[in-house]
Amino acid sequence: MIPLSHYLILAAILFVISVIGIFLNRKNLIVLLMAIELMLLAVNLNFVAFSHYLNDLSGQLFVFFILVVAAAESGIGLAILVVLFRNLSSIDVEDLDSLKG
Amino acid sequence: MKTIYLLVPLAPLVGSILAGLFANVLGRAGAHTVTSLGVAISFILSVIIFQDVQAGHTFNGTVYQWMESGGLKLEVGFMIDQLTVLMMLVVTFVSLMVHIYTIGYMAHDEDNWPEGSKAGTNSYQRFFSYISLFTFSMLMLVMSNNFVQLFFGWEAVGLVSYLLIGFWSVRETAIYANLKAFLVNRVGDFGFLLGIGLIAAYAGSLDYVTVFGKAKELATMTEAVTGWPLITAVCICLFIGAMGKSAQFPLHVWLPDSMEGPTPISALIHAATMVTAGIFMVSRMSPLFELSDTALSLVILVGAITTLFMALIAIVQTDVKRVVAYSTLSQLGYMTMALGASAYSVAIFHLMTHAFFKAVLFLGAGSVIIAMHHEQDMRKMGGLRKYMPITYFTMLIGAIANAGLPPFAGFFSKDSIIEAVHLANVPFAGFAYFCALAAVFVGGLYSFRLIFFTFHGDERFRHAAEHHGDHGHGHDAHHDAHDDHGHHGPVEPHESPKVVTVPLILLSIPAIASGWLIGTVLYGNWFGSAISIADTHKAMATMAHEFHGIFGMMSHGVMTLPFWLAISGAATAWYLYIVRPDLPAVIKQKLAFPAMILEEKYGLDRFNDWFFAGGARGVGRGLWKAGDQVLIDGVMVNGSAGAVGWFAGLTGMIQSGRIYRYALAMLFGVVAFLSLWRA
Repeated sequence: MIPLSHYLILAAILFVISVIGIFLNRKNLIVLLMAIELMLLAVNLNFVAFSHYLNDLSGQLFVFFILVVAAAESGIGLAILVVLFRNLSSIDVEDLDSLKG
Repeated sequence: MKTIYLLVPLAPLVGSILAGLFANVLGRAGAHTVTSLGVAISFILSVIIFQDVQAGHTFNGTVYQWMESGGLKLEVGFMIDQLTVLMMLVVTFVSLMVHIYTIGYMAHDEDNWPEGSKAGTNSYQRFFSYISLFTFSMLMLVMSNNFVQLFFGWEAVGLVSYLLIGFWSVRETAIYANLKAFLVNRVGDFGFLLGIGLIAAYAGSLDYVTVFGKAKELATMTEAVTGWPLITAVCICLFIGAMGKSAQFPLHVWLPDSMEGPTPISALIHAATMVTAGIFMVSRMSPLFELSDTALSLVILVGAITTLFMALIAIVQTDVKRVVAYSTLSQLGYMTMALGASAYSVAIFHLMTHAFFKAVLFLGAGSVIIAMHHEQDMRKMGGLRKYMPITYFTMLIGAIANAGLPPFAGFFSKDSIIEAVHLANVPFAGFAYFCALAAVFVGGLYSFRLIFFTFHGDERFRHAAEHHGDHGHGHDAHHDAHDDHGHHGPVEPHESPKVVTVPLILLSIPAIASGWLIGTVLYGNWFGSAISIADTHKAMATMAHEFHGIFGMMSHGVMTLPFWLAISGAATAWYLYIVRPDLPAVIKQKLAFPAMILEEKYGLDRFNDWFFAGGARGVGRGLWKAGDQVLIDGVMVNGSAGAVGWFAGLTGMIQSGRIYRYALAMLFGVVAFLSLWRA
C-alpha cells in the first residue's frame, strides 16, 4: 500500500510545477491556462488522497465539483483567448501589458 | 463748560473737514476763512477756559464712552487743569498765527507743482485742511484724560506730520523725508505702546487719575517676565515714545529732514507744538516719573546729549531752515533735561517760550525764503537787513531769545533749566550741567551766525548767478524745481506782505514778554496738582527759595556763567561773520575732521540708512528668498505636490501590467497570510 505522504508529495510537486509555469511563462497564454488546470488537478489529488485515507466520500464528491468548475473555467478562458487573438493578433503574455500603470 | 471744552477741538476739525472735502465749493478764500475761523474760535474759547481755570475750576470727566471690554474702558474724556490749558493756549495761538501766515506763504503754491500735476490740484485748500486737522489732533492729545485718547492724538499728529512733510509729493526728497519721519516715529511709538500696555496690565485702568492714584502701588511691583522694577520699565517705555515724538537722540534724525515740508508747518509742527508732545506727556506723567530715579537719569542723559551735540551741528549747516531745525533739537534737549531734573514746570515754561520764539524764527526764515524766491542756502543771502526790516527785527528778537539773553523770554526759561539741572541730584546731572553750559555758548554762536549770515555782511545773492552751479550740499536737491521763477540773475529782495509780517510781529511780542511770567508760572504753585514732585527732588524747591522777582533774576543772571557764555557765543559769531568773514573757511580747513563729523551729523543718518533701512531690506529680501521662495513655494506648495508625484511614480513601477508578476505577488501574499495564521 502506497502511504499517504507519497500522494501529498506528488500533489505538491505538481502544484509547484504549475506555479512555476505561471510566472516563468513569458510566451503563451494557453500554457498559462494549462498551468492553472494543473494546479487544480494537484489540489484534486490531495482531496482524493485524504478522502481515501479518512474514509470520507465527501472529499471525492468535491473533486467532481472542482472538475466541473475547471472545465467551465477553461471554456471561458479559451473563449476570451479567441476574442483576444482576434483583437490583438497575438496571445503572447509579453504583449498583454495594457494594465501597466 | 463741557460744551466749550468739546468745541475747542471740534472747531478746527470742522474747518479741516470743510476745507478738505469741499475744496472746490469753498475755493481758496473759503478754505482759509473756515479753517482760520475754526482755530480762532478755539483760541478764544481757550482764553475763556484759561480764565475759568484761573478761577479754580478744573475739570476731569468723560464725554463719550467708546467701548468697554473686560473692565477696560475706552473713552473720550477731558482733563482740564493748568498744564492742559497752558498747552491749549500755546497750540491755538501759534496755530492761529500760522494759519494767517500761510495765506501769504502758500499764495503761489501752484508754482511748486509741475504743470498740470494732479497731485497739485487744490493743494492750497489741502494744506489748510491739514494744519487744521493737526490743531484738532494736538488739542485732543493735550486735553485727554486717559492714555487711549493720548495715544490717538499722538498718532494723529504723527499722521498729519507725515502728510505735511511729504506735502510736495512730487519731490523725491520730500517723500524720503516723510517716510523717514514716519518710520522713526514708529520706533518711538512702539515703546510708547508698550508703556501703555504695561500700565493697562498692572494698573487695570487707562484713566490718568486712577493710574496716578495707584502709582505708589505700582512702584513696589516688578515686571513679571523680566523681573525689572515695573515703574522704571513703564517710565522708560513711555520716554522712548517721547524720544520719538520730541526728536531726542538717537531718534532725532527725522526732524532735520522734516524741513522738506512747507515752512509754516516747520514752525507749527516741527518747532512749536507737535515735537513738544513728548515733553508735555512726560510732565503729565510726573507722578509716575517721580518714582523712578533710573528713568529720570536716562531722561536727563538723553536730554544732555541732544542739547549739546545737536547744537554743534547747527553751526555747520548752511540751509537757513536746517539751522533753525537743529536749534529746535537743542532746545528740546533743554526741556528734556529739565524733565530729568524733576523741574517739569520749568520744562513746560521753556516749551511755551520756545514755541513763541521758535515760531518767530521759523516764520522769519520762511519770510526770507519768500523774499529770496525759495532759495534756502544762507551762503547766497547776506545783507538782507535793509530790504526786509520787519523780518529782520522779529528774527533778531527770536535769535536773542533763542540764545537766552535777558530780558527776552528764552533767558528766563533757559536759565531756570540750567539752574534746575545744576541742583538736580539724579545720576548724570553733572554731565547734563556741563552739556547745558556748553550748549549755551554754542547756542549764542549759531543764533547770531544765522542773523549775521542772513541779514548782515556782503549781499552775496547779487553774485549768486555766477556760482549757481555749485550746490555744495546734497540736501539742496529741490533747487532745480524753481527754475521757472526766472531768478538766474540777481534777485531783488523785498519785504513780505502783511499776512506774513503781522503774525511775525504778534508772535515776537510773547517771544519777548512771555518770560516775565516766570514768577507766576514756576514759583507761584501755579500748576497746582497738575504736576507732582517727590520730596527727594529738591531742585524746584531750592530755586523757588532763591527766586526774587524777574529783576532780581536778571541782575543775578548777568553775573553768572551762562550769560557770559551766550554773550561770548554771540561775540564769536560777530567776529567770524562780520569782522573777519574769511575766517570760517580757514577754521574749517584747519579742523577738517571735526567739521566733517558735524557735517555728516555724526554719521547717524548714514548708519541708519545702512544698518536699519539696509538691514530691514536685507531681512525682507532674506525672508522673500529663503522663506517665501524656498520654504513656502519650494517645500510646502511645490514640495507636497512633488512628494505625491514621486510616491505615485514609485507605486506606478509596481503596476507593471505583467500578469505573471501579479500572480507571483498573489502567491507570496497567500503564503504570507498563511504563515501569519499558522498558530
